[in-house]
Amino acid sequence: MAEPLLSLSGVHTHIGQYHILHGVDLVVPEGELTMLLGRNGAGKTTTLRTVMGLWRASAGVIKFAGRDITALPTPDIARLGIAYVPETMGIFSQLTVRENMLLASGPAGLNAARLDVVFALFPVLKQKWHDAAGGLSGGQKQMLAISRAMAEERRLMIVDEPTKGLAPAVIEHLIGGFQTLKQSRTTVLLVEQNFHMARSLGDGVAVMDGGTVIHAGAMAALAADEALQERLLGLSLAEHQ
Amino acid sequence: MNRIGAWRVLSGDRPGHPAVSVLLLMLLFALAFAPFLFPGTKSLDAAARICIFIVLAASYDMLLGYTGIVSFAHTMFFAFGAYGVAIPLAAGNVGWTAVIGGTVVGALLAALVAAAVALLSLRVQKIFFSMITLAVASLAQLVATQWRDLTGGEDGLTFSLPSVLSPAFRLFADPILGVRITGRVLTYYLIFFVALALFVLMLRIVNSAFGSVLKAIRENEFRAEALGYRTVVYRTIASALSAAIAASAGGLMALLLRYNGPAVTLSFDIMVDILLMVVIGGMGTLYGPALGAAAIVMAHTYLQGVLENGHAALAGIPLLAAMVHPDRWLLWLGSLFVLIVYFLPGGIVGTLRQRIAHAK
Repeated sequence: MAEPLLSLSGVHTHIGQYHILHGVDLVVPEGELTMLLGRNGAGKTTTLRTVMGLWRASAGVIKFAGRDITALPTPDIARLGIAYVPETMGIFSQLTVRENMLLASGPAGLNAARLDVVFALFPVLKQKWHDAAGGLSGGQKQMLAISRAMAEERRLMIVDEPTKGLAPAVIEHLIGGFQTLKQSRTTVLLVEQNFHMARSLGDGVAVMDGGTVIHAGAMAALAADEALQERLLGLSLAEHQ
Repeated sequence: MNRIGAWRVLSGDRPGHPAVSVLLLMLLFALAFAPFLFPGTKSLDAAARICIFIVLAASYDMLLGYTGIVSFAHTMFFAFGAYGVAIPLAAGNVGWTAVIGGTVVGALLAALVAAAVALLSLRVQKIFFSMITLAVASLAQLVATQWRDLTGGEDGLTFSLPSVLSPAFRLFADPILGVRITGRVLTYYLIFFVALALFVLMLRIVNSAFGSVLKAIRENEFRAEALGYRTVVYRTIASALSAAIAASAGGLMALLLRYNGPAVTLSFDIMVDILLMVVIGGMGTLYGPALGAAAIVMAHTYLQGVLENGHAALAGIPLLAAMVHPDRWLLWLGSLFVLIVYFLPGGIVGTLRQRIAHAK
């Protein structure tokens, strides 16, 4: 396994009086796409937000590229080269598609080569370049959110449930986008409920339940082991269906 | 200038609705030729006030409309510029150095105080910024009224301007298009062109990459932070810029009035007017506050006269005549504001732009 780019050791997070994460241990190896799976309320989004410093870890250590980032302010964490695509698409609806992309670019402005890649993946963004992002469809907003994370070279992309609420055709399109990212050896931590997507993209996988990681390993191993799937995901899914 | 050149001057920020474009062009035309179109001291004074309040309201919009911060100290920054000009001129330094230097010092002081207040309070919560600005504005009012040696206290400061701006000055021996180009007209054009330049500068700021970050912060602070932007720094810079521009408007007000005192630049009534100009015109549009400023200054200047005429015309009808009595002008002004806010919730420009967006 490659060296971990991101690691969480015994991370606890409290939101107000609620204790959400109960000692999360998670490793995201460099150059790999790691899936974070689990039922609703398992603590996946809280884990991502804690990594970004949007919620503070009350205990434990978060390291990125060997550096302790547990107490760093959010903007400083982002500047280390971490792009975060939140569950709610994270676009700025009052800005145009172009302005949204510019916000994620460095001081030199938009990177033409990266923009070509984005337009090749999501041609609709080129057509809507000067339109207000708030007028895009749900799928287009998600494409914009992911494209924004690709506007600059990032060491790590953290993406929270990109397929939530999207039509199957759009999901297939997004899978294509992530496959392109994988080919470029971008390190990705991807939260997903869609097991089809997880299986087709993931190198590694971590499964969460009750605010802790209950399984970590290779995606291929989980995909091949139906009993394990049933135990880790089927059981917890069945409880909540 | 061709169309592309015109959009460049406006930093690509289009009015967004034909009616807004027409209103803005009419306003620009009326202000550019005000001394020739509306001769008379009262009209020229109203036109100059419109120019000044456009800058003041637009600078407040940079803060309220583009960053979502409510400040109650905007008139204090306005007063910094006005006192910056008034104090050296009242001390007998009648020259351009005092006018320009006073405005620059006022603007720098305003930027420094705004940055200090922002850094102290915005780290915690936006509401603390509002509360602190209220406290600082009250303190400034106290200082202005009590420090008589410097500010002239409640009486304020009266002063002379450089001779070229004095009413007795004549630029040409003969009138141009029937209007004598006096120092008063030159003062008007100085105010007009500085106000125009400041407005174009503000358009440039809000349509720059910096302006996009402000809009992003206004929409979702956490998302902007997750992109690596230190929101406190951006809000502090916006606050300082807005304060410096308000102070520049204050310098212009001092030139117009040849007087400065707490009532004309520090009063809380002016703060309420600025808020109304921004809300009625449309927050976060810059063009909206320009139209709002024109509407409110016009209402303040002429509504009483209109009601007086109405009152005279309806003299025989007891109830109606009483309703349009000139003393009730504030009632009519208030009713007009309530109607505008009710029917145009996004302000004039905001609502018209929304209609265009929905029609697409």
